[in-house]
Amino acid sequence: MDLFEYQARDMFAAHGVPVLDAVVATTPEEARAGAEAIGGGTVVVKAQVKTGGRGKAGGVKLAHSPEEAAAKAGEILGMDIKGHTVHRVMVAQGAKIAEEYYFSVLLDRANRTYLAMASKEGGMEIEQLAVERPDALAKIPVDAITGIDAAKAAEIVDAAGFADDVKAAVADVIVKLWGVFQAEDATLVEVNPLVKTEDGAIIALDGKVTLDGNAGFRHPDHAALEDVAAADPLEQAAKEKGLNYVKLDGEVGIIGNGAGLVMSTLDVVAYAGEEFGGVKPANFLDIGGGASAEVMANGLEIILGDVQVKSVFVNVFGGITACDAVANGILQAFKILEENGTPVTKPLVVRLDGNNAELGQEILDDFAKTLPAGAITREDTMDGAARAAAELAAGGQGQGA
Amino acid sequence: MSIWLNHDSKVIVQGMTGSEGRKHTQRMINSGTNIVAGVTPGKGGKGQEFNDRVVKPVFNSVQEAVAQTGADVSVIFVPAKGTKSAVYEAVDAGVPLVVVITEGVPVHDTANFFQYAKNKGTTRIIGPNCPGLITPGRSNVGIIPANITKHGPIGLVSKSGTLTYQLMYELRDIGFSTNVGIGGDPVIGTTHIDCLEAFEKDDETKAIVMIGEIGGDAEERAAAYIKEHVTKPVVGYVAGFTAPEGKTMGHAGAIVSGSSGTAQAKKEALEAAGVKVGKTPSETARLMREIMAQLG
Repeated sequence: MDLFEYQARDMFAAHGVPVLDAVVATTPEEARAGAEAIGGGTVVVKAQVKTGGRGKAGGVKLAHSPEEAAAKAGEILGMDIKGHTVHRVMVAQGAKIAEEYYFSVLLDRANRTYLAMASKEGGMEIEQLAVERPDALAKIPVDAITGIDAAKAAEIVDAAGFADDVKAAVADVIVKLWGVFQAEDATLVEVNPLVKTEDGAIIALDGKVTLDGNAGFRHPDHAALEDVAAADPLEQAAKEKGLNYVKLDGEVGIIGNGAGLVMSTLDVVAYAGEEFGGVKPANFLDIGGGASAEVMANGLEIILGDVQVKSVFVNVFGGITACDAVANGILQAFKILEENGTPVTKPLVVRLDGNNAELGQEILDDFAKTLPAGAITREDTMDGAARAAAELAAGGQGQGA
Repeated sequence: MSIWLNHDSKVIVQGMTGSEGRKHTQRMINSGTNIVAGVTPGKGGKGQEFNDRVVKPVFNSVQEAVAQTGADVSVIFVPAKGTKSAVYEAVDAGVPLVVVITEGVPVHDTANFFQYAKNKGTTRIIGPNCPGLITPGRSNVGIIPANITKHGPIGLVSKSGTLTYQLMYELRDIGFSTNVGIGGDPVIGTTHIDCLEAFEKDDETKAIVMIGEIGGDAEERAAAYIKEHVTKPVVGYVAGFTAPEGKTMGHAGAIVSGSSGTAQAKKEALEAAGVKVGKTPSETARLMREIMAQLG
């Protein structure tokens, strides 16, 4: 989960990282009150969006009075920055910046450890710096057990070539930022820019933090950081049912077991869809190894709730759970949905393979005979099933909700 | 031969007395794995009963289990909260192969226990968030279904469980030396490259299937490795061409970030290394079939 800047700022402050006073506002009036609360002087009004390049897009403005802060907030709120609508601004104290630096610590997948990156040339986009002036960006591997202590931080600032008069102060902030990274189970903590003010203080002027969702069990407070309002309603509903669902923009609903197989199913449907006017997969949904009736019913319910969906492809490999159990799960799911008053109204294409495949296919064929023609089509192969589902979606035979 | 796992592998199960641990230990026993003991702190001294009155001893610690049984493989089914300490215990006991099935392990814990094992230098970790590995007909450690294939000349390495099963099943008439599910987390103990290296050295493996997916650059690095070091034919498959940027697709590590980690880049890297890449799992199986026919 990526945090907003204001959330990162609060997290930094809680771990002793020096930041500027700031408040978050959702209306011009709140921005005015906020500017007053932090002293009434010069403030910066910053769009809170989870994407880069907001400065260039006009999402960061200086204001010299609370009234001006309200006016600037009014301009920024509601802006669209790279497809992200601005719902909040952060009103932060102005700072007299003498120098801009860069620091980040992140998960290094390739080396299976962490990587610290630091530069005395901050402010610009770091990807650009890395390409244009790679020598200006120090990259130091961080041991996952020993982390960044004072000695490691000193090594980082030396490697980045910080001036002697700021080395100690920057190193001190780096140790605190490591504290955020470690204590909060972050996979990224980035400060760009980290600044030296005219009076010599080192301050994190911006912050980007990504948290590890798997560590949620030891951070009950992280759940509140989620931007529930921005979540897709179907994704939110799926999450509440414990389903692993991602909404996509297409017409063929997908249910499968195992993340890899489901990703593969999306691809195969997209290939097949090319023949039928560009029909695409509507979602990712992994119902896991078990494929129980209840999970199947929950999954179908979510997918049938997607008005874009015109056909559904159920692609299950019976490994741990044999195909007859999966077939019975589909049967039960139809019954559960009927009883809930949300019957299955869109055509299903099912491909079952693996353990007890024939038995499962038989159960499904017998059940299909009790349904209107075309309600369930069974296919032997994944490629064939993808084609059939794409064709059904293109034919528009589904009944949109 | 095969890689890392064979008839004589002696396997302990950490978390054997939990519901998942019990269920999968039964399945491992059914598929012929030599399960020698379980480990559950606080439940040592009791036996855990399985079908046909098979009883496996339970120990309080891995240390004790290894001392009593000579185990050389541990498979971990403990919940995510306890995974790090379970791995530490196995590493401390000097178990050469530790297979972590548990899903949802915080990546800081994985980075930490991976570093710990690396420092000790005596343990290979597979996983976490993986289905384990199987040398068909000989030993099965984890949750891979054993009865969908047979022993044979193909080595398979994959980030995905069900895609592994799919390929095992499609090529069941030819069979596999060892199938390794390395897992879909951002940090994993054993990589594609580790498996490629082992398959290259394994006399029994004649050709290799490598399955990857979006996220990170492990496939690109594996492609570079293949080009330099692998003489056996490799067939590849990559999942996630249609995955949108910035969305995690089921596996914690399966995410396209900006322009990095795309399926297209992985496919191109593999093809540039001479790997035949299937467009679908079935086409991948077909490509392997052609290679096996050529090898005779």
